[in-house]
Amino acid sequence: MLEKMLFGDLTLQAIPYNNPIIMGAGAFMAVAVAVVIGALFYFKKWKWLWTEWLTSVDHKKIGVMYVILAFIMLLRGFSDAIMMRAQQAIAVGHSAGYLPPEHYNQIFTAHGVIMIFFMAMPLMFGLLNWVVPLQIGARDVAFPYLNSLSLWLTIVGAALVNISLVVGDFAATGWLAYPPLSELAYSPDVGVDYYIWALQISGVGSLLSGVNFFVTILKMRCPGMTLMRMPIFTWTALCTVILVILAFPVLTVTLGMLSLDRFFGMHFFTTDFGGNAMMYINMIWVWGHPEVYILILPAFGVFSEVVATFSRKKLFGYTTMVWATAVITILSFIVWLHHFFTMGAGPTVNAFFGIATMIIAVPTGVKIFNWLFTMYGGRVQFTTPMLWTIGFMTTFTIGGMTGVMMSVPAIDFQLHNSVFLVAHFHNVIIGGVVFGYLAGLIYWFPKIFGFKLNERLGRYAFWCWIVGFYLAFMPLYALGLMGMTRRLNHYDAATGWHPYLIVAAIGTAVVALGIGFQVLQLMVSLKDRNKNKVAGDAWGSGRTLEWSIPSPPPFYNFAFIPEVHHRDAFWDMKHNNSPEVKRYYQDIHMPRNTGTGFIIAIFAGAFGFAMTWHITWLIFAGLIGIVATAIARTFNTDVDYYVKASEVEQIESQYSHR
Amino acid sequence: MIKLRNLLFIIFSLMVTLSLAGCKEGVLNPKGLIAIQEERLLIDAVLLMLIVVVPVILLTWLFAWKFRASNAKAKYIPDWSHNNWLEAVVWTIPIIIIVVLAVMTWISSHKLDPYKPLDVEGKPLTIQVVALEWKWLFIYPDQKIATVNYVQLPAHTPVTFLITSDAPMNSFAIPQLGSQIYAMAGMQTKLHLLANKVGDYRGLSTNFSGEWFSNMFFTARVSTQAEFDQWVRDVKKNPNKLTMDAYNKLAQPTENTPVAYYTEPAKDLFNDVIMKYMMPMKNMQSMEKMPDMTRDNQSKRLK
Repeated sequence: MLEKMLFGDLTLQAIPYNNPIIMGAGAFMAVAVAVVIGALFYFKKWKWLWTEWLTSVDHKKIGVMYVILAFIMLLRGFSDAIMMRAQQAIAVGHSAGYLPPEHYNQIFTAHGVIMIFFMAMPLMFGLLNWVVPLQIGARDVAFPYLNSLSLWLTIVGAALVNISLVVGDFAATGWLAYPPLSELAYSPDVGVDYYIWALQISGVGSLLSGVNFFVTILKMRCPGMTLMRMPIFTWTALCTVILVILAFPVLTVTLGMLSLDRFFGMHFFTTDFGGNAMMYINMIWVWGHPEVYILILPAFGVFSEVVATFSRKKLFGYTTMVWATAVITILSFIVWLHHFFTMGAGPTVNAFFGIATMIIAVPTGVKIFNWLFTMYGGRVQFTTPMLWTIGFMTTFTIGGMTGVMMSVPAIDFQLHNSVFLVAHFHNVIIGGVVFGYLAGLIYWFPKIFGFKLNERLGRYAFWCWIVGFYLAFMPLYALGLMGMTRRLNHYDAATGWHPYLIVAAIGTAVVALGIGFQVLQLMVSLKDRNKNKVAGDAWGSGRTLEWSIPSPPPFYNFAFIPEVHHRDAFWDMKHNNSPEVKRYYQDIHMPRNTGTGFIIAIFAGAFGFAMTWHITWLIFAGLIGIVATAIARTFNTDVDYYVKASEVEQIESQYSHR
Repeated sequence: MIKLRNLLFIIFSLMVTLSLAGCKEGVLNPKGLIAIQEERLLIDAVLLMLIVVVPVILLTWLFAWKFRASNAKAKYIPDWSHNNWLEAVVWTIPIIIIVVLAVMTWISSHKLDPYKPLDVEGKPLTIQVVALEWKWLFIYPDQKIATVNYVQLPAHTPVTFLITSDAPMNSFAIPQLGSQIYAMAGMQTKLHLLANKVGDYRGLSTNFSGEWFSNMFFTARVSTQAEFDQWVRDVKKNPNKLTMDAYNKLAQPTENTPVAYYTEPAKDLFNDVIMKYMMPMKNMQSMEKMPDMTRDNQSKRLK
């Protein structure tokens, strides 16, 4: 009785002691955490961690933490991928493979959830945090404390998913948890609850971040930076956060309704008592389709910056790029039904959504042409960001073609849910989003850290990734045409799929090698950081404002708020030598660090965990904690301060003497 | 860069070879009226898009190589960023292709609508399909037989599949015969197919439906009409009757269900499976027919 009160449905049986894979992974995570904690004690770094990182509201540091989270989650999500590919390479005919279905089903669910919500999204917000304020000549985002809260909510969501590995189960429903499978009747375990609360908490974080960057971009641009003078990356960031603001509430409501079904026995999406599962599927894709554009648009922005910088040439067709981005933003909301043409909607409805989908290929195609013509007449340097860009243009074009194929409903009737689809969305997400974000990370890394990443290891990583990608996913296209469906744990030898799946598994191993090179690249670059120091204009051909300030920038970014007269503001400053005006340093208004975001997120995590395991007291403790911390913050009036002009002068003179 | 080009060329040809080798089964080896048209459509769409895809990929490599920084002979025009003619071309070409594709989409969506009865001679054979955890039940209401994980149909005869689910959502698909449609509890969906060639084809669920989803496949055997009639007679000799009790037992979740045959399915079994989700009552019982809420009926009433 007391146990029930204290721990809800949580018992020691929730820990799968008998499963060596899970316990091994759990032990590995425990050791990693223990090493970090031990190191913090050993080097007496707790205070440093708290004041410099956990409570930081500096957008650059928050960006770094997002990127670290994304990289750790990439390793976790990729481990899932390796396990799936290994299972499918083994489990043919009489062999059942090494993963029983209930475990395998959790793995592919976790893979999708982690890669989208906790790898791609944090990487996207990490890049936005790194770059957007610097590109628009701002000293921070509009709401620095909210920014910190967003970060910590995302981290807590990721933590919940990872806790589910060891304590209880994760959802075994596929990454969008379609009902009725995700309803209590078919998924009575805590897996779906973990899923719901991890996404709810991180989803709120994403929404707040969206609002934050929307206001930042609209209100904090430096003098002279009209909308049509904004760097393209900032434009894509703006369109992305508009999508975030419009789409994420739909996700919150949809998952909220599912949790009402599960928690209070309601019947929004059940099969009986008037529930309708198709409503969930419609609603989740009303969020889900814009979500993929939320991810890809900033990647398009990165490519636009990279291709112009490394071709040493103006971006071709800036206005076209902006309009193409805006058109994609709008169209992304009227195509969601193409994820389920097979629902049985009428031919007119299907044709409408199919045609709306293929129209998106027009602005996207125009973008590709514009990148092409940016290279035309340029001086193309094959740095690693540029390699990723060329790899992207090749790969993404193929992925776009297979996407348009499936937007024809009658073709989709054959390919829906096949591994052809799996190949397609990996083709655009790896070939587009991942390549783009990796290009962006390498491109802006020297800006944030002050030194370059090792180019040679970066090239090795690129070649492994791209070769591995083609090996892993081209066979899946073929398998899809052969009639192989996704999420299979086991298949007959007579299907003839086995050789293709072995090639796919080899491809995954090659990608793993690429990730290995990236880890090595990071370590080698850290070791050589003093040798690879860069100046403000790290690549020597920067075009936008972020390259006009030192690398790494001082915490206040710009000693003087710049004034912009043209697009490519920094290129313009470098090439049209405007007369040097003597300027006087002024006091700089900055936000104070705060632990509020971190504390609220901890309470939110406790609340999510309690909702999952039905621990009543902790549900209320978490809720009260969240509200009380937020209210307490409103009584704190000491939230900002001024950096004295003399201090600014001192910091700036240090930079100029380096 | 030469290296890159060769490598990608090898990979691309590998992909094409792999796909062609994969023709033995699946979408590119259609055996039914619908599947043949869908394959044609698929190939046409790909060819149409290759008109722009291939040049884009080649131009990417060409421009990157030609305008490499070390090539001092190439022209350098750092401020060239706009050209009306080029802009017009890069918008027009994709638009033309998409317009053509959109017309193809509109026509094919109506022509290949799974709900549309096939425009061919002959009385259609009706087969009712129930997705269960984790197996497929096929009921032949006119022949008064039922099968599990096996379906037989005569070639050149239009077949109407009426599909529902007494389990999480599945999707009913026989790729070589064409199209697929969701199987959803409390609802009926429809699929009209026609097989052109005698043979055994793989049928499956393409929508993940829980733990033993991987075992949700079946054989679809297409035979001659005479063989089909003989098969029906053989099944009828089977003593197992698909009573309500037998159905309820069958509907229990099972991991790996062997092929099974039944005779005399309970009257209105298929309807009752749908109807049991329409009412707040857990136990299945035969009941008066409720108004048919399927799409056809709704549109009829709207007219």
